[in-house]
Amino acid sequence: MNKDTLFKWLTALLAFIILLLGIGILVKLLISSRLSFDVFGFKFIFSREWDPVQRLFGALPFIWGTFVSATLALIIALPISIGIAIFLSELAPIWMRQPVSFIIELLAAIPSVIYGLWGLFVLAPVMQQWVEPLLGKYLGFLPFFKGYPLGVGMLTGGIIIAIMIIPTISSISREVLSAVPQHQKEAALSIGMTRWEAIWRVMLPYGRSGIAGAIILGYGRALGETMAITMVIGNTPSISVSLFDPAYTIASVIANEFTEATDELYISSLIELGLILFFITFTLNVIARFMLWRMKRFEEVR
Amino acid sequence: MMQYTRRKLVQKVMFSFSVASAFIGISVLFLILGYVIYKGVWGINIDFFTKLPTPVGVAGGGMVNALIGSFYLVGLASLFSIPIGILIGVYLSEFGRGPFASAVRFISESLTGIPSIVMGIFAYSVVVIPMGRFSALAGTFALSLLMLPIIVKSTEELLKMVPNDLREASLALGIPRRKTIIRIVLSTAKSGIITGIMLAIARVGGEAAPLLFTAFGNSYINWRPDQPIASLPVQLYVYAISPYEDWHQKAWAVALVLMGIVLITNIVARLYARKK
Amino acid sequence: MQERNRESEVRSQKSKETKIITDGLNAWFGRNQALKNINMSVKQNEVTAIIGPSGCGKSTFVRCLNRLHEEIIGARCEGRVIFDGKNIYDPDVDPVLIRRRIGMVFQKPNPFPAMTVYENVVAGLILEGRMKRSELDKAVEKYLMLAALWDEVKDKLYQSGASLSGGQQQRLCIARALAVEPEVILFDEPTSALDPISTAKIEELIQDLKKEYTIVIVTHNMQQAARVSGYTGFFLLGELIEFDRTNKIFTNPSNKLTEDYITGRFG
Repeated sequence: MNKDTLFKWLTALLAFIILLLGIGILVKLLISSRLSFDVFGFKFIFSREWDPVQRLFGALPFIWGTFVSATLALIIALPISIGIAIFLSELAPIWMRQPVSFIIELLAAIPSVIYGLWGLFVLAPVMQQWVEPLLGKYLGFLPFFKGYPLGVGMLTGGIIIAIMIIPTISSISREVLSAVPQHQKEAALSIGMTRWEAIWRVMLPYGRSGIAGAIILGYGRALGETMAITMVIGNTPSISVSLFDPAYTIASVIANEFTEATDELYISSLIELGLILFFITFTLNVIARFMLWRMKRFEEVR
Repeated sequence: MMQYTRRKLVQKVMFSFSVASAFIGISVLFLILGYVIYKGVWGINIDFFTKLPTPVGVAGGGMVNALIGSFYLVGLASLFSIPIGILIGVYLSEFGRGPFASAVRFISESLTGIPSIVMGIFAYSVVVIPMGRFSALAGTFALSLLMLPIIVKSTEELLKMVPNDLREASLALGIPRRKTIIRIVLSTAKSGIITGIMLAIARVGGEAAPLLFTAFGNSYINWRPDQPIASLPVQLYVYAISPYEDWHQKAWAVALVLMGIVLITNIVARLYARKK
Repeated sequence: MQERNRESEVRSQKSKETKIITDGLNAWFGRNQALKNINMSVKQNEVTAIIGPSGCGKSTFVRCLNRLHEEIIGARCEGRVIFDGKNIYDPDVDPVLIRRRIGMVFQKPNPFPAMTVYENVVAGLILEGRMKRSELDKAVEKYLMLAALWDEVKDKLYQSGASLSGGQQQRLCIARALAVEPEVILFDEPTSALDPISTAKIEELIQDLKKEYTIVIVTHNMQQAARVSGYTGFFLLGELIEFDRTNKIFTNPSNKLTEDYITGRFG
């Protein structure tokens, strides 16, 4: 075999490692959560019970907490991210665009634990003393803003994650908006649209599959976020409508209890939670990549 | 005309919101940076970089164990994942056609979206369980898993940007394919690949989740791969959620050092990329 | 057809008023001056053609007429464009309202791909508040008819605007421009991306449209200018070299450069 072929096969062999890893993670998680699945079956997903002493494990409060916190984060982050994307691609003077996007993207570089630290000692007290009492006072008729303001809880968790996913969504959306051809914008303006209408009715719809990809990618990140949320969500496996109440997410319970878990069923249940998280984020990622890919192809066709 | 006044008002409101969003993003960053610096700067001194942590309530001490641990873990993880990642990137960009390459690309992309805590579980079950204890090796393994797909992706993208003429010119001179790739293609994309690597390092250097139950932690300096090892992010987490005011103070100092390292790496990498 | 055209020409001759006057119009892209001191007029209910080699500023010129030029980053212009007696560059003039009265059709067909054929036509109409569905239906039919597209797309109204053929897309864009009922329509090389049959359809359409609209058409195709226009302006390197009646320009130009160009000696 000549050396060139050898080199090719060497790189191919290494590439095979990635394949093995991907399959390996799935298989290993499946095997390790087998015990929990054998004991609880599908009831695991629907059970609210989480009691290590009684050896009763149910995932529902964590699934709830994961989805609610991530959805809340998305609701907060989405308008701000799109706002930033519009600012950077349409409104800001040219000299300002690069530095501002550089700064916004730095938000993504700050380690999650530091967000957690800041959330715990700065944001949570502010939420407890100012924001939550005010929300309770003026919007307390809504079930979401009832209860005692604790500072740590779903709302604070959602806000912290929102800050963390803003750079993801805004930077992809900015790229998507910048990729909208000038002729589309001009066509919109030429029929008497205002600049805002051109953005809202023509440019954003033009890049809709790219924006959707950005949103799903951000949502996936929010679902899997661990350290920051663990430090501010309150870590209580309960299901409550009020956003002031503490909650728990899949990633947080794994982070918190994995090292304490000595019982095999306990560990297996935590790993099954990890498997659920794996499935959810994996699926979302596939969808997001597909959306972004479709947009790119669409662009090439045009 | 009434309608038009309303449309202009909508535009004004929306554009103001857009400007405000950018303002919010920027101020949140500076709020966090500023607060970490303000709270952390008091804890930074020579001891921080040279001494071991002291027990609760005892003043002084440092974080040298976590500092060394972080460099150890990230360094070792880089040692594995950089060469392998680059070569896989080479495969995907230079030879990668057909279903196998697509599968590799797909899995690699998907791995970047898997939460780091799940990688921690995987490292736990394939390294910690067989070894019977937490170890630096397990931590290294978890971090490598996070780094690898990032490096693969950035390498592949950068190599694809190298113009084909360059490859053809080199091959036409009779230079063998592997040498063309290594000497011409890789070296052309060198600065971009370095940026990608630095970004990957900055990214995993701040990770605590995958280390919690792999590298675990250690109050002492450890150089042995089969022993638990401390790291800045985990130390920060442990100190932050502890009930001791003393430790909270120290957590801010750790945060400042960690943030400094991670952000400077990130900024240098991106400025370097832009200069080229 | 020929007969009718001539008739309408005679009719419009009498009532021919000047719709747009440019007075000392200069335009720049960054530091590059694209237009130098253009003084020209556009007659009402007439087709005015702008010809010249590529890069001569003819597109820039029409884009200054509906204030679209300024939407390009780094682009600006100076001078006056008097439209119905009012300078559209006066500070109290809103470009959005100007663009509603001066529509545009672009070189590349650019329907909105996220909208259906139907939505494309009414895209400009629905901005001014809610209209009844039946009114919209009527408008869609009317303007697609006017753009000579109705028969071809009446069964495809709810497909994406991007699903039509190139020539159909361009006529859809014309319908979209017509639907906001402008007084002037600017055509910026509307047929350069189209096949000969589609080109013929659009030229015919332009002839029909001039009865109700004032038309300015930029073209790199001199035969096209000769076929469709009553007046022609010849641009070269950002300057207006000659402006006159089309038959004068093509049979007996007064400027040597114009003569060189129309006889094919350069460009």
